[in-house]
Amino acid sequence: MTSAIVVSGLHKSYGSTHALDGLDLEVTTGEVHGFLGPNGAGKSTTIRVLLGLLRGDAGDVSLLGGDPWHDAAKLHRRLAYVPGDVNLWPNLTGGEVIDLLGRLRGGLDEKKRDELLRRFDLDPTKKGRTYSKGNRQKVALVAALASDVELLILDEPTSGLDPLMEEVFRQCIEEERQRDRTVLLSSHILSEVEALCDRISIIRRGKVVETGTLADLRHLTRTSIQAELAGSPNGLAELPGIHDLDVQGNRVRCEVDTAKLDAVMRQLSASGIKSLVAQPPTLEELFLRHYEDDVPAEPEAAVR
Amino acid sequence: MNDFVGTGALVRLALRRDRILIPIWIVVFVMTAAGSAKATMDLYADPKALVDAARTSNASPALVSLYGRIFDESSLGEVSLFKLTAFGALLVGLLGGMLVVRHTRSEEESGRLELLSAGVLGRYAALASALIVSGATVIVLGLLTALSLMGSGLDTKGSFAFGLMWAAAGLSFAGVAAVTSQVTESARAANGLTAVVLGVAYVLRAIGDSSADGSTQWVSWLSPIGWSQQVRAYAGDRLAVLLVPLVFLAVLIAAATALIRRRDLGAGLVRPRPGPPRAAKSLRSPLALAWRLHRGSLLAWGFAFLLLGLLVGNIASNVDGFVTSDSAKEMVQKLGGVEGITDAFLATEMGMVGLLASAFGIQAALRLRSEETALRAEPLLATGVSRAQWLASHVLMALLGTGVLILVAGLGSGISSGASLGNMGRQVPRMLAASAVQLPAIWLVTALVVILFGLAPKLVTGGWALYGVFLLIGQFGEIFNLPQWMINLSPYGHTPRLPGGDFSVAPVLWLTAIAAALIVAGFASFRRRDIG
Repeated sequence: MTSAIVVSGLHKSYGSTHALDGLDLEVTTGEVHGFLGPNGAGKSTTIRVLLGLLRGDAGDVSLLGGDPWHDAAKLHRRLAYVPGDVNLWPNLTGGEVIDLLGRLRGGLDEKKRDELLRRFDLDPTKKGRTYSKGNRQKVALVAALASDVELLILDEPTSGLDPLMEEVFRQCIEEERQRDRTVLLSSHILSEVEALCDRISIIRRGKVVETGTLADLRHLTRTSIQAELAGSPNGLAELPGIHDLDVQGNRVRCEVDTAKLDAVMRQLSASGIKSLVAQPPTLEELFLRHYEDDVPAEPEAAVR
Repeated sequence: MNDFVGTGALVRLALRRDRILIPIWIVVFVMTAAGSAKATMDLYADPKALVDAARTSNASPALVSLYGRIFDESSLGEVSLFKLTAFGALLVGLLGGMLVVRHTRSEEESGRLELLSAGVLGRYAALASALIVSGATVIVLGLLTALSLMGSGLDTKGSFAFGLMWAAAGLSFAGVAAVTSQVTESARAANGLTAVVLGVAYVLRAIGDSSADGSTQWVSWLSPIGWSQQVRAYAGDRLAVLLVPLVFLAVLIAAATALIRRRDLGAGLVRPRPGPPRAAKSLRSPLALAWRLHRGSLLAWGFAFLLLGLLVGNIASNVDGFVTSDSAKEMVQKLGGVEGITDAFLATEMGMVGLLASAFGIQAALRLRSEETALRAEPLLATGVSRAQWLASHVLMALLGTGVLILVAGLGSGISSGASLGNMGRQVPRMLAASAVQLPAIWLVTALVVILFGLAPKLVTGGWALYGVFLLIGQFGEIFNLPQWMINLSPYGHTPRLPGGDFSVAPVLWLTAIAAALIVAGFASFRRRDIG
């Protein structure tokens, strides 16, 4: 397995603010990699360094086996980029922009261009200044998806799309995965990342704090269990990995570290399970766990 | 009254945003007027010297077409300030118009006005506040100018006439901008249209002033700048003429509000038409894109420069009409006969055309920065386009564009002066050469923008400031008795005066070499910096 993107120990600061603080990121060739984090965590800065638009202060960056700062133009022919903020030239039509960007990348799949225009329901004859935010984003998406490239770098590509178009976007990315194209998808929409990505990196304050497959990460989270038992439960409290245990008669509620699920289930079935509701961990919980420090503390907590 | 709700808040917002810009403009104008008056008064302490200077000026077609006539040759105030009468009115007009566009169409285009309009904001609030800010700025500017002129020792009534006629020009063009801001969808186009009207106004008054036999003097009255001249500050002080620009402003405000009633927020008067669904085969390089982005403005400028060239050449052929009195004839002989004085006129005008062409060069080079900050450079630089290619595409447009403009003006002036003088074969190549020698200085000023863009992109609009400084040095350096080394700082001062003057290769080569070095340094520094 080769890596399309390898970043290690990347630092970037603007004056006194550290946008990136020793960021590590690895994207394997052929995978859809989710790059998850709230606004201002450093996602776009990382992407701009990967594109050679910004120069990192320290650390190593390798993109498609090259140095993005020195070989920018050469490497860019092998990738397509959709910025988070798409601005078009006011007097060029969407169709013209799609063709121009495609040609500057070294070619456009004509059939795919037409197909994408249809699927995204985009009118290519409108001038840049008359498109809405979502439509500008579609222009950039069509140009990127119709380009014959190895790597797609997408910076919050669906932030302006309506739910219907978001669905079209998901289908498109699914197809890209089947074609073994590598995708780096930055997003703060958890369901999108959950649905699309093979692996995920979570970034917080300029650092990647968690990385792995969704299954890996689920291991780090808790499954919530509600069960009604035939007899009264016993020995649950002593089991490792069980939290927030609440026993009322034969009813049990608890949170279980996903890695320890097996032992807990055995213990429960020993008492005879009459009904069971198990809620799988969501990325949301994982995400919130990492960011709970960043959420403004409750007033009383602040006093302490 | 509901249509005006929120005007006050917008006025405060505009003043907050422009709290540095407006005072600087005012100070520059006031200082320039007062300094110029003081310097000239010292120069012409002797009344006879004053009258002689005024006569010489009125006998020079170059000066008359550029600055206007001196109505009272014995008026100290008028002779001191005649270079700032029409020219100053032009610049105050530019300020008045620019401020209106800045607070109406720019805000609308950026979407900021939409944010505000969702609150409690009347339909006319944006326009009203922009006109109040712009109008107050030019009126304060005019009054302070009047006070500073009185302080320099000129008479009170004349000083107020002078200050108010400047303010009147500002008001006229604030009105023009109020209309252009409704017509176009982009602030760039609104500013462009205002500038075109300013240019036409200046040319109309030049035609009126240059009328040797007086038959076309009425043309001046078609021009807001002509009205300012007709106030005749220090030479009759016809304050009643100020009513004309006030009526003009009222008509334009009525027109602008009528337009506002008819259109949607964000839209212009001209509905954008759909364009081609596919790009032309040729649109496949950064240079092709740059051409696409610059070609509209280049065509408009090119057309204006052709007209300007034709006009200049035409005025040049009437030069001997100015030479009526015996003393003037004597002076003409000293200056090298009619041909000598025609050439001197053409050389001066070509210098002015060179200054104007530089504005295109600066504006075209500044496009680099606006493309970068509007995040339109980023997607291009994320394709196979290298930074050098992208930078080169716009720099080439700026350099070649100015070349085309100046040669078009040279050609136009060669044709029209040649046609009326009956020596086209000689005049066309002479004027082409006279225009071509302006290029090195134009390129140098453009190159200053390029290096600023590479080294200090946030300061890139300083290119306009440098241009302004060079302009002031050229216009007023000698009057202000600046030291020679300061006068030498302006690249325009090193351009050979053609036709007629001596041509030396050295300054042309030097200017070109410095421009080239600055551009190379701009490329090198741009490759090293962050984008955005």
